[in-house]
Amino acid sequence: MGFFDKFFNRDKKADLDKGIEKTKTTFIGKLTKAIAGRSTVDEEVLDELEQVLISSDVGLDTTVKIIERIEARVASDKYLGTEELNAILRSEIVNLLAENNTEDLDDYALPSGIKPYVIMVVGVNGVGKTTTIGKLAWQFKQNGLRVVMGAGDTFRAAAVDQLKIWADRVGCDFFSKGMQADPAAVAYETVQYALQNNCDVAIIDTAGRLHTKINLMQELGKIKRSTSKSLEGAPHEVLLVLDATTGQNAIEQAKHFTDATEVSALALTKLDGSAKGGVAIGISDQFKIPIKYIGVGEAIDKLQIFNKQAFVDALFEQ
Amino acid sequence: MFESLSDRLDVAFKALRGDNKLTELNIAESIKEIRRALVGADVNYKIAKEFTDKVKDKALGVDNVLKSVSPGQLMTKIVMDELVELMGGQAAGIDLSGKPTVVLIAGLQGSGKTTFSGKLAHHLKTKRNKKPLLVACDVYRPAAIDQLSTLAEQVGVPVYKEPGNNNPVAIALKAIESAKQQGQDVVIVDTAGRLAVDEEMMKEIANVKQAILPQEVLFVVDSMTGQDAVNTAKAFNDIIDFDGVVLTKLDGDTRGGAALSVKYTVGKPIKFVSTGEKMDTLDVFYPDRMAQRILGMGDIVSFVERAQEQFDEQEAKRIEKKLKKNKFDFDDFLSQINQIRKMGDIKSVLGMLPGVGKAMKDVDIDDSAFKRVEAMIQSMTPHERSNPDIMNMNRKKRIAMGSGRSLDEVNAFIRQFEQMRKMMHKIATNPSLMGMTGGGAGGMNKGFRR
Repeated sequence: MGFFDKFFNRDKKADLDKGIEKTKTTFIGKLTKAIAGRSTVDEEVLDELEQVLISSDVGLDTTVKIIERIEARVASDKYLGTEELNAILRSEIVNLLAENNTEDLDDYALPSGIKPYVIMVVGVNGVGKTTTIGKLAWQFKQNGLRVVMGAGDTFRAAAVDQLKIWADRVGCDFFSKGMQADPAAVAYETVQYALQNNCDVAIIDTAGRLHTKINLMQELGKIKRSTSKSLEGAPHEVLLVLDATTGQNAIEQAKHFTDATEVSALALTKLDGSAKGGVAIGISDQFKIPIKYIGVGEAIDKLQIFNKQAFVDALFEQ
Repeated sequence: MFESLSDRLDVAFKALRGDNKLTELNIAESIKEIRRALVGADVNYKIAKEFTDKVKDKALGVDNVLKSVSPGQLMTKIVMDELVELMGGQAAGIDLSGKPTVVLIAGLQGSGKTTFSGKLAHHLKTKRNKKPLLVACDVYRPAAIDQLSTLAEQVGVPVYKEPGNNNPVAIALKAIESAKQQGQDVVIVDTAGRLAVDEEMMKEIANVKQAILPQEVLFVVDSMTGQDAVNTAKAFNDIIDFDGVVLTKLDGDTRGGAALSVKYTVGKPIKFVSTGEKMDTLDVFYPDRMAQRILGMGDIVSFVERAQEQFDEQEAKRIEKKLKKNKFDFDDFLSQINQIRKMGDIKSVLGMLPGVGKAMKDVDIDDSAFKRVEAMIQSMTPHERSNPDIMNMNRKKRIAMGSGRSLDEVNAFIRQFEQMRKMMHKIATNPSLMGMTGGGAGGMNKGFRR
């Protein structure tokens, strides 16, 4: 609990707990069931563990990695009781997340000296980009920052309206050139708007696109370049939004969006409905890009900063 | 991942070369490969296990008398047959008997319900000669009503909406009344996305269903969904007992194991697959194609079908002959370009080939490049076209002028053409060059670990 108190107030911890409740019940429940009645970690226990991890969308490669490490511990310690498995698994997962070498954020504070801080938000269709932008803008607003949203999804029906509603809810600035406008021009002008209106943050929405559509991925490159033209060094962050209910395809998405736009941060959404918080482990293992934010509910304040230790703690808390 | 399952299975069987029979011992490794393939495709772990157990029983019961069939091929066939059977079942049409027919659409957030609703309206209007009405019952998500209205306009179908009213039951009921009065014969009710764990929202959709008594309840599921597909499908099925499944976003590169998980868990047919953002990208479901996709074998059937539809066999033979003799010329090249173009966007065509799909993702093929090439070839004289070797600086200059391209571009194109001609000649005379695949299975003794 001490760890939590440091980073989360009670409400936030409750959200995280509730948000990944399903993960927890499946993860811990299955694991407990799997090792019930067994005293030592043997082949069969490892096989059960494998099933628990894969069923949580940790992914094949990462699962194998985790199990191999536990196998190694079993081999060196000669005897390993199942009662220790929980603790060992927990520490191995924390290690795996930490090897990523990415620092967790403490709060929503942005690096000082960059104004406007430009965030470009990308992802496949339906992952929750617009909602994440709304929640993120709200957090910045709470910190007293002036935020502008740029309506760069000019393709999907009513996408501009949707973002506008979020801007109104948050009470932040909104820049749009309407539907069908060139998204690169929207990005350029959103940054200009931010410069002229003394905004601290500019968050640029983009249309959802499947990572296999080369032309659309190139368009993202163009949007990014026009952002840089508008302000040197921008975008300061390219945020890839991933849906936590997505399976192994999340890895492909991360790969291709990174190739197209040098993704610098990840947001993992819909963690509240998924039994699969495990995807966070797989992604951290396979990518050196930090998970910055997690979405744990539909309300405007249900976006949290991802914290490895807190995440694993919540995962293992009985 | 996999080039093709049968390749991998053949490797798994190689250790026991000479043994052409399937035995408990020699299929153990390949069963693991199959399970690995399924889990890698996001098929639920438990389902993958049960499935492979079934395959194992089947395989042991088969007498492999065909010398020409390798054990790997045989296993692949057994797996395919099982998978197709599992995902097929009865032909799944959509019940349009109601007056009006009411279709309820449900699913998680972001699965593609609203887009699918628009596509279904378009499908029913254009293919089934129906007069659909779209109903905006997603009263929660910002601008969801506007989104449906925009799509309705795009497909030329009326939409029923009550902005400000946040009672989906009332909206749906009034919409049905309105449809009766206006003579619309299908009512498509789009609902808000909801999580299976959200009891309040699940109760709401149950209430909607109870009130409007739909002929069809369709559950929309993102084909990229992971292991949780099972839980979600089960929860929705328990509450709204849906009639069919819609798989969306299949135009991506997901292997779509969720399709199997859902079908296996709830036993409901997959009625539609959705493959793009345009309103006409809705398809019926082909179990065999899905099986191949899940196993990472490429959509060979679709490719072959599309190719057959468009491909002129005689033309292909003529060109093959020319390739062998290294007589492939610019005219042939032009005709090839036209053939490929007839089949659709080149990338999507090549992407359907097994093994190629993955490689192609990183290759940038610009369709407009074809236009430039065509312009250059069309600026050549007939003599030049059939005799690529006579090309010289004067001719190139003239071609550049004629096609409006730079001399550099003409040079580059002719160089590429020469390289391609050499390559194709090699392949045509030695087809085995095409079939190179890499990778080995490696021994796994337990689970998926090596």
